Amino acid sequence: MKEKTIDLPLKNEEEIKELQVGDWLYLNGTIYVARDAAHLRIAERLSLGEPLPFPLKNQAIYYMGPAPAKPGQVIGSAGPTTATRMDRYTPQLLDMGLKVMIGKGRRSAAVINSMIENGGVYLAAIGGAAAYYANCIQSQEVIAYEDLGAEAILKIDVRNFPAVVAIDSFGNSIYDKE
Amino acid sequence: MKRIHVDQIEKAIEEMCIEANYVLPVDVKNEIYEAMKTPATELEARTLEIMLKNIEMAETQQMAICQDTGMVIVYITMGQNTCIEGGYIEDAIHRGVAAGYEKGYLRKSIVKDPILRENTKNNCPAVIHYRLVPEDCFRLTLSVKGFGSENASQLKMLKPSDGVEGIVDFVTSSVIEKAPNACAPLVVGVGIGGTFEKVAALAKQALMRPLKQAHPESHIQNLEETLLQKINDSGVGPMGFGGNTTALAVHIETYPTHIAGLPVAVNICCYLNRHVTRSLL
Ligand code: SF4
Repeated sequence: MKEKTIDLPLKNEEEIKELQVGDWLYLNGTIYVARDAAHLRIAERLSLGEPLPFPLKNQAIYYMGPAPAKPGQVIGSAGPTTATRMDRYTPQLLDMGLKVMIGKGRRSAAVINSMIENGGVYLAAIGGAAAYYANCIQSQEVIAYEDLGAEAILKIDVRNFPAVVAIDSFGNSIYDKE
Repeated sequence: MKRIHVDQIEKAIEEMCIEANYVLPVDVKNEIYEAMKTPATELEARTLEIMLKNIEMAETQQMAICQDTGMVIVYITMGQNTCIEGGYIEDAIHRGVAAGYEKGYLRKSIVKDPILRENTKNNCPAVIHYRLVPEDCFRLTLSVKGFGSENASQLKMLKPSDGVEGIVDFVTSSVIEKAPNACAPLVVGVGIGGTFEKVAALAKQALMRPLKQAHPESHIQNLEETLLQKINDSGVGPMGFGGNTTALAVHIETYPTHIAGLPVAVNICCYLNRHVTRSLL
């Protein structure tokens, strides 16, 4: 098992190629947060020819919907949600430059093929570790779709955020290994 | 006749919602510590370590262990001579859930209509189960169930001729396929027997039993052990990253069934098997 520290957003596509399935990463920097309802809305807006609410090139998306923050907290509990539900929207986003996805659980063959084609990587966060992840988040800001509540799109800044390379840009998957 | 006022129930439910979301039962925590002793790989060890750290952080910082603070399930076990005063019991339960989710800063995850999907914004309603017993008692068990693992659950009407082998195949294959999405290591609740709706209720009830408390009947106990062994032999491991511990426990509950049937239900819970029990009498 290799341990690496990664700064987000990625500066170049070469960084992606160095990430191999099973690597243990600590992430620092900016990540966008979006789950089911935000993905649905993005897809709807794109089909109408409207622009995305944030730049996608070389960016990372975290599939997550936080618990409410207590007074004095940056964010409430903030662990990953199941990535599989985002599968139908993902290839289109990869085509538009998305590089890193963070969630939990398996991905579809269509997503994996699109990752290979576009040079994307899928990271698994530790499911349920939501208080731990909340403590890794230094700041958060709602940047779009505020009306979606816990499902609005956020921009967050993270430090030492642990994640595992679950499917690398060559299509190797941790879920296929026995 | 014993009397219970609905205000007592409301207050208890409110506190239990918060407790269940902040503090993992000690029997579940202990099994994760056990798993830490025999990791197959560094990756498995680190994954379990973060899981445990998170549980400690949630407890000390008094915040939700998981952001999926679940759908609330309430089991009421009450003496048949109990009188409930002051209003309708389910209204009191729902006031308690709404207050607990608001005051505990818990995420509201319930939609009013499964098709229209508008959030009720107070995590109501709960799913409520009643059991009447002959002795005087009033006991509440409250569970908060995340849907990453609820979605991994399955039910199948097996044929009697499928036998134990059929049960083992169905349970292990459902669990192994779904483990990565359901936040393994899992607690697996299995219902066997009864009818279509009864078997699902049995599987859920099996999740409420303290971990490592074996089933009283030896043939069921053996089946629990066989299933746990098979699931862990799969090597799927925590979060599906590979490893020795895919499940922390398998619990089975059974009920008599029809000569022509062998219903089996598998209700999967993540390692955050969150529930609290309180007696009000
Ligand atoms: S399956 Fe359990 S641990 Fe995983 S996200 Fe859902 S509630 Fe949290």
